[in-house]
Amino acid sequence: MLFGFEWDLTNPLNFAISILPILLVGMWVTIQATVLGFFVALVLGLFLAVLKSARSRFIAWPARLVTEFIRDTPLLVQLFFLYYVLPEYGIVLPAFMTGALALGIQYSAYTSEVYRAGIEAVGRDQREAARALNLSAANTFTHIVVPQAVPRIVPAMGNYLVSIMKDVPVLSVVTVLEMLNVAKIIGDRTFDYLVPLSLVGCLYLVMTLVASAGVRVLDTYLPKQGLPLK
Amino acid sequence: MTDAIIRFDKVVKRFGDLTVLDELDFEVKKGEKVSIIGPSGSGKSTVLRILMTLEGIDGGVVHVDGEPLWHELREGSLLPASEAHLRRMRSKLGMVFQQFNLFPHMTVMRNITEAPVKVLGLGKKEAQLRAEELLDLVGLADQAKKFPHQLSGGQQQRVGIARALAMRPSILLFDEPTSALDPELVGEVLTVIGRLAEEHDLTMLLVTHEMRFAREISDRVCFFDRGQIREEGTPDELFTDPSEERTREFLKAILD
Ligand SMILES: Nc1ncnc2c1ncn2[C@@H]1O[C@H](COP(=O)(O)OP(=O)(O)OP(=O)(O)O)[C@@H](O)[C@H]1O
Ligand SMILES: [Mg+2]
Repeated sequence: MLFGFEWDLTNPLNFAISILPILLVGMWVTIQATVLGFFVALVLGLFLAVLKSARSRFIAWPARLVTEFIRDTPLLVQLFFLYYVLPEYGIVLPAFMTGALALGIQYSAYTSEVYRAGIEAVGRDQREAARALNLSAANTFTHIVVPQAVPRIVPAMGNYLVSIMKDVPVLSVVTVLEMLNVAKIIGDRTFDYLVPLSLVGCLYLVMTLVASAGVRVLDTYLPKQGLPLK
Repeated sequence: MTDAIIRFDKVVKRFGDLTVLDELDFEVKKGEKVSIIGPSGSGKSTVLRILMTLEGIDGGVVHVDGEPLWHELREGSLLPASEAHLRRMRSKLGMVFQQFNLFPHMTVMRNITEAPVKVLGLGKKEAQLRAEELLDLVGLADQAKKFPHQLSGGQQQRVGIARALAMRPSILLFDEPTSALDPELVGEVLTVIGRLAEEHDLTMLLVTHEMRFAREISDRVCFFDRGQIREEGTPDELFTDPSEERTREFLKAILD
């Protein structure tokens, strides 16, 4: 029994049907961790991208260094760091929060590059037109550059959404009960790993296919020339 | 001398080792329509880009409306201009680009109203009314809701002109406004520019290869060569009886 659901070991099919609700509980955790991690990656990534393209070297350099550091260290190391080191300094977060945060931080290094490339792809002619019209730097960024960068950014961000989803099982090492961890616990208790793990594979396939399709739909409906604000 | 709205005073501009403007002296009077002609790479665009504050200078002083453009007078000395000073000076000028540089993600209307609303602080309604007048002026009254990619090149450039005019500049800069257009679309844009030239307040600086048009609308034509004004005069003087050999060669090459 797990989460109040009993399993039925009479045959593999019954077993699979009986543990599906349990795995769906784990899948819901996986989805939440993905969404939260992705959100952190999007916000923190934008922040890093803006810092990296700052004109002052004293801002741009540290931001680049941080990005490089994040990208070149394993997710697991960052996760352990947040989970075991932060509490020593009085910052105690639930395992789920810590895990989602670690995912977000890791992927912010990648998303910041996506933003940067998207922003740089908006031509100099656009910035010059904005300058000739006396638009402020802030207005140029938010109303001219970002709206044109969005359609270029969406497909790459979609790929990272799927990647984050597939990295969620790493959180099991800090006790987060995401889908794979749940499947492993079922296996430990029933000595049948094949059925739960196969189900996890199938459910993952469904999730990633749905996510990819969603991104593709978004991509086709976004106007290629960009999306003005307001 | 005193009624010069634009004055270049020994202006030097370099790109690395390349000296593009070599102690250029150049003046434009208020309301004057000046055409700039000359071979590729002679620094024509650079002059406009310096005026539009898209490009800094390496020596000399540029005056606009009696004030230094790239410098500020503080405590008795000329210091490099602050962004606030540049913003104030920039409001006197407008630019029409060779490649139009419209904002592709905005409708024609929004292209024209964006800066008046955000920079001049106009209300949306008022900005739209003015945009409609300007669209009427450039003959595109019925295109307000379209996006730039739905327009022909000639129409796009006319939107570019309306967009620049919406900021009420006293000086309008045109950098080869018809060079990117198919030949059959050049006329409609020149007609609009010609109509603007009849307005006496507006100072116009036009870089062009359209010699017939330059001759028609200009008060004065300047022939640029290697970062210097090699020869200048009224269109009649320059086109019918150029005194410099270089001018003659250039005109001969381009008119053939
Ligand atoms: N950003 C830049 N970096 C380096 N060199 C530049 C830059 N901009 C212009 N130049 C060079 O400066 C010179 C003058 O350029 P400019 O664009 O003013 O010429 P132009 O007279 O407008 O020529 P064209 O008729 O081809 O437009 C050219 O040799 C050009 O290659
Ligand atoms: Mg040029």
